[in-house]
Amino acid sequence: MTTTVLPRVNYLNVRHGVASWLLTKDHKRIGIMYLVVVTIAFFLGGLFATGVRIELTTPQGDFVSADTYNRLFTMHGVFMVFFVLVPVVPAVLGNFVLPLMIGAKDVAFPRLNLLSWYVFVFGFIFTITAMVTGGVDTGWTFYTPYSSSASNSNVMLTGIGVFITGFSSILTGLNFMVTIHRMRAPGLTWFRLPLFVWALYATALVMILATPIIAITIGMMALERALGFGIFDPRLGGDPVLFQHLFWFYSHPAVYIMILPPMGVISEVIACFSRKNVFGYSFVAFSSLAIAVFGFLVWAHHLFVAGISPYSAMVFSFLSFAVAIPSAVKVFNWTATLYQGAIWWRAPMLWVFGFIGLFLIGGLTGLFLASLGLDVHLHDTYFVVAHFHYIMVGGAVMGFFAGLHYWWPKMTGRMYPNWAATTAALLVFFGFNLTFFPQFILGYLGMPRRYHAYSEEFQVLNVLSSAGASILAVGYTLIASYLVFSLFRGQAAGANPWRATGLEWKTESPPIPDNFTETPIVNEGAYKYSEREIEVA
Amino acid sequence: MPDIVASHADPGDHAHHPALQHHFQTLEQQQEASTLGMWIFLVTEVMFFGGLLMAYLVYRVWYPLAWSEGSLELDIRLGAFNTVVLIGSSLTMALAVRSAQTGAQKATVRWLLLTMALGLTFLVVKFFEYREKYLLHHIPGPNFQFEGPEAPHVQIFLSLYFGLTGLHALHMIVGFSILAVITWMAHRRRFSPEWHTPVELSGLYWHFVDIVWIFLFPLLYLVDRAHHLS
Repeated sequence: MTTTVLPRVNYLNVRHGVASWLLTKDHKRIGIMYLVVVTIAFFLGGLFATGVRIELTTPQGDFVSADTYNRLFTMHGVFMVFFVLVPVVPAVLGNFVLPLMIGAKDVAFPRLNLLSWYVFVFGFIFTITAMVTGGVDTGWTFYTPYSSSASNSNVMLTGIGVFITGFSSILTGLNFMVTIHRMRAPGLTWFRLPLFVWALYATALVMILATPIIAITIGMMALERALGFGIFDPRLGGDPVLFQHLFWFYSHPAVYIMILPPMGVISEVIACFSRKNVFGYSFVAFSSLAIAVFGFLVWAHHLFVAGISPYSAMVFSFLSFAVAIPSAVKVFNWTATLYQGAIWWRAPMLWVFGFIGLFLIGGLTGLFLASLGLDVHLHDTYFVVAHFHYIMVGGAVMGFFAGLHYWWPKMTGRMYPNWAATTAALLVFFGFNLTFFPQFILGYLGMPRRYHAYSEEFQVLNVLSSAGASILAVGYTLIASYLVFSLFRGQAAGANPWRATGLEWKTESPPIPDNFTETPIVNEGAYKYSEREIEVA
Repeated sequence: MPDIVASHADPGDHAHHPALQHHFQTLEQQQEASTLGMWIFLVTEVMFFGGLLMAYLVYRVWYPLAWSEGSLELDIRLGAFNTVVLIGSSLTMALAVRSAQTGAQKATVRWLLLTMALGLTFLVVKFFEYREKYLLHHIPGPNFQFEGPEAPHVQIFLSLYFGLTGLHALHMIVGFSILAVITWMAHRRRFSPEWHTPVELSGLYWHFVDIVWIFLFPLLYLVDRAHHLS
């Protein structure tokens, strides 16, 4: 295949030098800058997970001390949750494609967008400082009173890091919400928007309403730790469970910050690679909003064994079941989209299939945990660990890679080798299941989470899990290698390598600095795939 | 092809306004976006204070007596004075926005300066209130001293008092700094009846900070005083 020439002037080569990146207001460059930082955070988080998995290959606590182990899983959680999962799809892919998808030159507040990145990096630096000066051992949940009065690790520095990073998330959400309201191209009505935009809108809603609560909650915890204020201190009559309520009022909706944008990605990719319109567009769009709203009403299912009233527990259990409805609507509609589609087995689509399968398992095991009686047995066991990894890694990370492989040609103007991407998708899928499926069984058998040693009977399953983790590591390394390779040697992609509809494919790859030579005028929906377009590949 | 770099599609009247950023089509679109952004920001601020107010609510229900005792430790006269000062500053801020709308440049600067002066008054009074608490060892922490059976719960009350008013004071300081910049811009005649978005937006922010205080004053200073007087 001959390589076509890349567009002469694009957002990557319009200016050169470090300063042109660090001072850029271009949403596309800011998206790439997020990708760089998130990749570093992913690597660090993965490093800590490696430590955890090495320790757990043997029942005895022999690789690290219990104290170090506490730090390993805490730092793994802190980096992965706050610096990877929350920003990875909205801040990287959302930043890059949102203005392109709505036919705008940029987000509504480009300078604020750059500020968000700096705030993010600033919080990241704080957290890294906490890491290199000894780490933190409270678990990523920072439960009081341990965090506020007992722990002798770097709770303050990490707390400040997370506090600061929260503002990056708030500002991104604000920016996206205004962008979607005010920057749409002429003719781009709400029901012509791509479903990824709907998902980002729902995400922005959660970011705006939930993130301030974690900021103020960590602030109160920090006041208590640093100055001896008493807000959650039981010695003064304060209530540590109040901390848990406030913490999960953010951190449960935060799960939807992590999963809603990848769900949007899935809707985009599945339409393109089945050559069909998304089945039940408005149901998928509104299910995003429904998940965002329901997501605010389920937080206390993390507190079923914390001594909350049984009546409120029943309500929260019911509401947690209810959130399965809009999630199931999405899965059913994606499946219906596949029906009689012309499925095109390219790398992005493999990640989509991975997502649907793993999200299904993650979601259904969530129902186990939402039922009151069963949760008493499963709470704080490896069942919970397996469940949320199926959602966060099997769901959010797979969805991110689906999006990254889908839009990579748009972002860089170059293709990656499809065989390598296929291999990586399969490796990650098998590695993931080998890592986390045994943990469901371990948890069901009663292995508690967050201990560095365990009974001998659990060893076989733990060794399987660690073996799976090493396959995962190989898969992720492979992705990094062929994507870097494609930057230099990849074939030129052309404006629309997937023959996708949607405005982002109507401009060149990589896009010109202003995205479009002239503002597009929209007179149709985002998905215009002919139903019988079999001959694509 | 030179048109790759930038092309303003319709060079209408507003397209040449120096304040129009290149990614907006019109000045109206830009103003609507900015205003919506500010309102959304204020929503996040409500949630930010909301976390502390939630803690306040829970403990007030649990420890009503401590709330009453703690509240009596606060100086109601200074609190009331500050309330009047802040409501006054909201008036002067509204007048500053009005002057910017009508293009009365000098009046804009004057009203903004007055708003800043009132804001500063508030902060000075707040400083003396805090100082008194410090001298009485009423600041929560290792040196906290309070007589009576409710002392630990009063410490929670005072923790929330300092949390809430401290966060509010921080917002006042930020607001003061923003107004300083806006005043300078107004002095340099940067605003006109067509474009004075920064004045309006800082006005929104300033009013929000005032409203927070209007909630904080009764919640903290006026808790069940009659109960104690009787």
